[in-house]
Amino acid sequence: MDKIRIRLKVNGEEREVLAPVHHTLLEVLREEMGLTGTKHGCELGECGTCTVLVGGRPVLSCLALPVECEGREVTTVEGLARDGVLHPLQQAFAELGAAQCGYCTPGFLLVADELLRHNPRPTRAQIAEALAGNLCRCTGYLKIFEAVELAVSRMGAAAGAAV
Amino acid sequence: MAERDDFDIIGKPLVKVDAAAKVAGTTVFADDVVLPRMLFARMLRSPHPHARILSVDVSRAAALPGVVATLVGRELPIPFGILPVSQDEHALALDKVRFVGDPVAAVAALDEETAEEALKLIDVDYEVLPPVMSVEDALARPAPRIHEYGPHGNVHKEVSFDFGDVAQGFAEADHVREDTFFFEGNTHLPMEQHAAVGSFGPDGKVTLWSATQTPHYVHRALAKVLEMPSSHIRVIACPNGGGFGGKSDPFGHEIVACKLSMKTGRPVKITLTREEVFYCHRGRHPVAMWIKTGLKRDGTITAMHFRSALDGGAYGSYGVASLYYTGALQTVTYRIPRYKFEGARVFTNKPPCGPKRGHGTPQPRYALECHIDKFCHDLGLDPARWRIENTLAPGTITANQMQVRTIGLKECLEKVVAASGYGDKRGRLGPGRGIGLAGSAYISGAGLPIYWNAMPHSGVQIKVDRGGGVAVFCGSTDIGQGSDSILAYIVAEELGIRPEDIRVVTADTDLTPVDLGSYSSRVTLMTGNAALQAARRVRAPIFEAAARKLDVPVDRLRAGSRRIWDAADPGKALTFVEAVVLAESEVGTLGAVGSYKPPKSVAKWKGAGVGPTPTYSYSACAVELSADRETGIVRVDRVWIAHDVGRSINPLLVLGQVEGSVYMGLGEVLMEEQVFRKGLHKIPSMLEYKSPTTLEMPPVESILVETLDPAGPYGAKECGQGPLLPVIPAVANALFDALGVRIDEVPITPEKVVAALEGRYRGPRMPDVRYPETVAVPPLEPAAPATVQETRR
Amino acid sequence: MMRLPPFRYLAPRSAAEAARILADNGPEAMAVAGGTDLYPNMKRRQFTPAVLVSLRGLPDAARISANGGLTLGAMATLTDVAQHPAVSLRWPSVARSAGLVSSPPLRNAGTIGGNLCVDTRCNYYNQSEFWRASIGYCMKKDGDICLVAPGSKVCWALSSSDTAPVMMTLGAEVTLVGTGGERRIRVADLYGPDGIQYLAKKPDEILTEIHVPDRAGWSMTYRKLRRRGSIDFPILGVAAAARLGAGRVVEDVRIVLGAVHTSPVPAPDAEAFLRGKVLDAETIEMAAGIAYKPAKPLDNADLSYAWRKRMARIEVARALRELAGLPTGDLPPIL
Repeated sequence: MDKIRIRLKVNGEEREVLAPVHHTLLEVLREEMGLTGTKHGCELGECGTCTVLVGGRPVLSCLALPVECEGREVTTVEGLARDGVLHPLQQAFAELGAAQCGYCTPGFLLVADELLRHNPRPTRAQIAEALAGNLCRCTGYLKIFEAVELAVSRMGAAAGAAV
Repeated sequence: MAERDDFDIIGKPLVKVDAAAKVAGTTVFADDVVLPRMLFARMLRSPHPHARILSVDVSRAAALPGVVATLVGRELPIPFGILPVSQDEHALALDKVRFVGDPVAAVAALDEETAEEALKLIDVDYEVLPPVMSVEDALARPAPRIHEYGPHGNVHKEVSFDFGDVAQGFAEADHVREDTFFFEGNTHLPMEQHAAVGSFGPDGKVTLWSATQTPHYVHRALAKVLEMPSSHIRVIACPNGGGFGGKSDPFGHEIVACKLSMKTGRPVKITLTREEVFYCHRGRHPVAMWIKTGLKRDGTITAMHFRSALDGGAYGSYGVASLYYTGALQTVTYRIPRYKFEGARVFTNKPPCGPKRGHGTPQPRYALECHIDKFCHDLGLDPARWRIENTLAPGTITANQMQVRTIGLKECLEKVVAASGYGDKRGRLGPGRGIGLAGSAYISGAGLPIYWNAMPHSGVQIKVDRGGGVAVFCGSTDIGQGSDSILAYIVAEELGIRPEDIRVVTADTDLTPVDLGSYSSRVTLMTGNAALQAARRVRAPIFEAAARKLDVPVDRLRAGSRRIWDAADPGKALTFVEAVVLAESEVGTLGAVGSYKPPKSVAKWKGAGVGPTPTYSYSACAVELSADRETGIVRVDRVWIAHDVGRSINPLLVLGQVEGSVYMGLGEVLMEEQVFRKGLHKIPSMLEYKSPTTLEMPPVESILVETLDPAGPYGAKECGQGPLLPVIPAVANALFDALGVRIDEVPITPEKVVAALEGRYRGPRMPDVRYPETVAVPPLEPAAPATVQETRR
Repeated sequence: MMRLPPFRYLAPRSAAEAARILADNGPEAMAVAGGTDLYPNMKRRQFTPAVLVSLRGLPDAARISANGGLTLGAMATLTDVAQHPAVSLRWPSVARSAGLVSSPPLRNAGTIGGNLCVDTRCNYYNQSEFWRASIGYCMKKDGDICLVAPGSKVCWALSSSDTAPVMMTLGAEVTLVGTGGERRIRVADLYGPDGIQYLAKKPDEILTEIHVPDRAGWSMTYRKLRRRGSIDFPILGVAAAARLGAGRVVEDVRIVLGAVHTSPVPAPDAEAFLRGKVLDAETIEMAAGIAYKPAKPLDNADLSYAWRKRMARIEVARALRELAGLPTGDLPPIL
C-alpha cells in the first residue's frame, strides 16, 4: 500500500504521519496518531459519533481525508481541555450526567463547542438543531441540552466578569 | 437504616467517578485497546439464511501476504450458549449456517484491510436449505429443522400453565374481552460496535478485553470452548459504549479473538462493523400476543388468559427466559386472581433474539395496558381510576406465585395523573390531540442466576490503605449506567470518606469477585448490598479503634468527609487516616469481603425461576401527542413519567436512566423495527434503522417515588429498564384519545394510522400455535410469607 | 471498520484539468466534491475508482455571489448556501432545501454541486458488498434485475437531491466544463432517463457553477418528507414557486417533485391548470391531484410506497397552501 506524507495541525500541534491516502481522518487520528478519543459508530456518516472540528467546523471524520484537511486546524476531544483544565462544556457534561456511557460524548462536545463560539446564547431549539446530526442511545438528549445551557450561563458569566 | 435521611453522599446528585474520563475522551473502550504486535481479524459470514456447510477451504486466504492465521469452525467444535439448556452456538459455524450473517471462518492479518481481502479468498461450499422467516413459516414447516433440539419441528420451547382455573373465572365474569397484539422486533443499537482483543501470553494464559456486559458468563464460555481452566483465562470487560442487553451473550467473535491469538502467539483484535452488530442482534423478540380477560361490571378482574408466540431467530440465546418473561409479570401490578399463560418460541433463520431493555416484558406490558384501556372503554370506566383502584397491596403473592414487596405503583399513577392533568384532558384536547396513560413493573435483578448454583450473585472486596485510599473490587460492568459510581458512593457513605478517595476496580475476572453482570437491572441492588456488607465489615475494626482512641462507645460515632467524631461531642474527632492507622496497627492489614444472593422465591412451579426478584420497581407514564389525520404522522408532545426507584442513590443517575428509558420507549413505539426481506435484514444500518434524533425528543417531566424497600441498599430498586415499559402503551392509548383509532401493533407508523382512519386496518393475527397440555399449578400453602420482610443476609 | 478501497488522489487546479483527467481515465476515475455521498458508497463498494479527482483545488469554486442573479460555486458547502444572507432573503427555497440536506456536520462538508449530482438511491443498492452478494446483485450494480421492480427493463433507483427540485422551479442553470469546452444547461436538463443513467452530462464534465435568476416577486418553498427531522434522505420532496398577482391570481407557477422517481419530476399539467386562476383551497386541491400522478415511489426508500404516493398529493397541496398564505394543516410546533 502506497503511503503519503500527511501534515496536519491537530489540537494546536503540527503532526506528520505516513499513511495511505485512502485512510480517513478518523483512521489516521486513531490508528496513526494514537488519538483514540474520536470514536466511530458506523463509518458511513450516519450517526455523528466521529465528529471532529476541521477549520473550526464540525465534520464527520469517517468521511474526511487527511489530505483534504492540510492547512486547516483539526480539533479533537483531546484538544478541548486547556493545560489539564476541562472546558466548561466538559465540566457541565460531567456535572449533569450528560455523559452516560460516554461514547457519543466527544462528538457532542465538539459540535456544542462550535455552536457556542458563533452563538453564545442559543435557545433550546437552536441547541437541538445544531446537535441533530449526533445520535445518543443512552441519555435521550435532555441532559445534554441542559449541560450546554449550563455551560452557556457559566461562560456568559465568565465573559461578563472578564469585561 | 432504610429510613435514614441524613446521608453525606447517598441521595446527592454527585458526579460519576468516571465522568471526567468520559468527557475528556480518555476512557478506554474495547476498540481503543492497543497491544504490541497486535493482529487484526475479520470474520466471513454466511450469505445464506439456511444452509449446510459442505466444505470450507481457507488455503488461498492463508497464502495472501500479510495473513498470519486462519480459523474455521471445526477448530472450535465445542458448542456454547448463554443458557445451559440451549448451548446451540459455535464460535464459527460447524455444519450449518442459520442466518445471513452467521460467522463461518476468520482470518487474522497484519492489518484489517488485508484480513478483509483474505475473506474473499475463502471458499465455502454450501448446500442451500429452505429458509424459515416467520413464526407462521416455522409452524407450517417443521422440516428441515433449524436445530435438532426442541419439542418438535422448529419450535424451540412451549409452555402452558394455569394458575387458579381460569375457566371458572371466566364463568363468573359479567364481561369478557379478548384482543390480539403484535410487537415487532427491534434492536439495541448501542453507539459502540462490539469489539474484542484476545491475547495469549507466553505463560500459556489467555486474556480477553471485550465490550461485554457479562464478563463472568464470557469467562465460563471461553473455558468451555477453549478447553482451558478458568483460572488461566482472564476476561476484562471494558466500559461499554452502551449495551442495553446487546452485549450480554458470549459471542463467537470473542472466542475467535482468543483462539487466533493462541494460534499466532500475538494479540488479535476484532472490531465489528455496524452491519455486523445487526447480525449479533440478541434484541427484542417479535411477539404476537392474545389476551382474554373476564371482569365484573365494576371492573374487578375474575380471570386472565395470555398467550404469546415469539420469533426467536436462529439460536437460543436468552430465549427460553425471554419466553417465560412474556408471561411472568402481568400479575405483579393489578389484581388478577386467576391467570393462565401459554407461550411458544420458534426458531427462524434470522439473527437471534435475546434480551433488550425490559427483556420480554415490554411486549406483554404493552398488550396488557392497551387491553386495560379497551375494557375500561367497554365498561365505561376511567382508565386511570381503574388502575389506581386495582393496584396490588404490598406483600401480595400473585396467582403465579410472584412475591411483591413494596409497590409504589399507585403513587406513580396518581402523581403522573396529577402532573399531566390526564383527568381533565382525556377526551377534551381537541381534534388530533390526545393523552394516554399506562403503568408497569420490572425486576430489580433476576432471582436466579443463568446457570444453577448456590453461590452469591455479587461479591465485593474492599482494601483500605494506611494512607486513607480505599480500593473496591467487584465483577460488575459499567455500561454507562454508573454502576462503578454506585459502588463508590455506598462505600464512601459507610466509611465516612469521599467517592473520589476510592479506586473502583471492576469487571476483571482475575482481580474482582464474581458479579453475574449488567443485565436484568440487578447491579445497584445486588452489588450495592454486597458493597454494604463489605463496607460494614471493613469499617468495624476502624471504628472500634477510633472508639477506643476517643474513649467513646462505638455506636456514638458518626463519620463523614474523612472524619470520625463523637455524635455527643463533635469536636472529639479523628481523621479517617488516623483511625485506619490505629486499626491496621492493632489488627493487621485491613480488608473485607461482602456478597449478596437473592432470597429464595416462594414460587414452586417449574419455570418459576423467571419472574422472581428481590423486589419489583414500578412506573407510570402519561403521554400527550398530536396526530395529523391527513398524513397519519404522530408526534409526541410531552411525557410525564413516574418511577418507584425505592431510593435514589444518586438522583442524577436515576433521572438519566428514566429519561434514557423514555427515549428508547418512544423510539420503539414510533420508528424502531427489524425488517427482513428475501431472507436477510433489510436495514442493517444506522441510517435506515431509525433511532430518534434530538429533534424528536419531547420535554419529559420525571417524578421519582421512593418506597424505601428493605430489599435494596438504602432501600434502592432498579431504574435502568422499568421506565421504558409504560411509555409504549401510553402512546398507543393517547393515539386512541386523539384519533379514535386503535393500532394494535408496534411500531405505530403513519401508514398504519392512515389505514385505521380509512377503515382498512386489519390488525394483527395470532399465529396458529398448538400449545402443549396445560400444567395446572396448585396454589401455595397458606403458610407462605405474605408480609414485606428484611431480606438481606 | 468500514474502510475506503485504495485509490490515487489527484487535486487539479482547474476544471479543464479535472475534465482531462476524467476523460483520460474513463470509468477508472471519479470526481469528488465534499465526499459525503461518494465515500460511503465507496466504503460499501458501489464505486471503486482507481483515481479520485478532487475538485477542492478549483479556483473560486466555493464562491457565492448575488448581483442580480445568484451564482453559486459548485463547491460551496450546503451550510454556506443555507446561511448566506442574500440567499436566505432572495432565494429562500434554495437556502431552505440546502439547510435540510442530511445533518449539520454533513452539510459542512457536502456541497451544492454534489447535492445536485447526488447518486440515486435504493434499499437494495446502498448496502455493503456482503449484503448485495447475499441477496443477489441488482441492475444498478453488478447484477441484471431491478430488485424493486423485477419485471422492469430500467433501474428504479430514487433521485435523492433536495436542491434539484428547487433549482428547477427557479429556472436555474448550471455551467459544465468538459474536454469539449464549457456549456450551460438548465438544471431540468441535467438529469437522465433512469436510476443508472441519472445524469445527462458527459462523464468528463465538471459542474462548476449554478446560476439562479433573480426571482423577485416570486414566492417559493421547499418541503422535505423524511421519517426524522435530520440525517435522513428525502422520501419525498416538493418544490414550488409562484408569482402571484392581485387577488392571488397565479401569473406563473412551477412545481417539481423530488424523490418520487429516478429524476426530479416537474408537474407541467398542474402548472398549466393553475395559471390564470386564483390560488385558493379548491384550485390547490385540484392542482395537487394532477401534480402527484407521475410520482412512482417503489420499495426503494423508507416507509411504504403507497403511503409516499399518497403523501405526494398532500405535500403538493401543502406547499401551494404555503405560497397562498393559507394554513397548511401541519402539526403546530410543540409549545
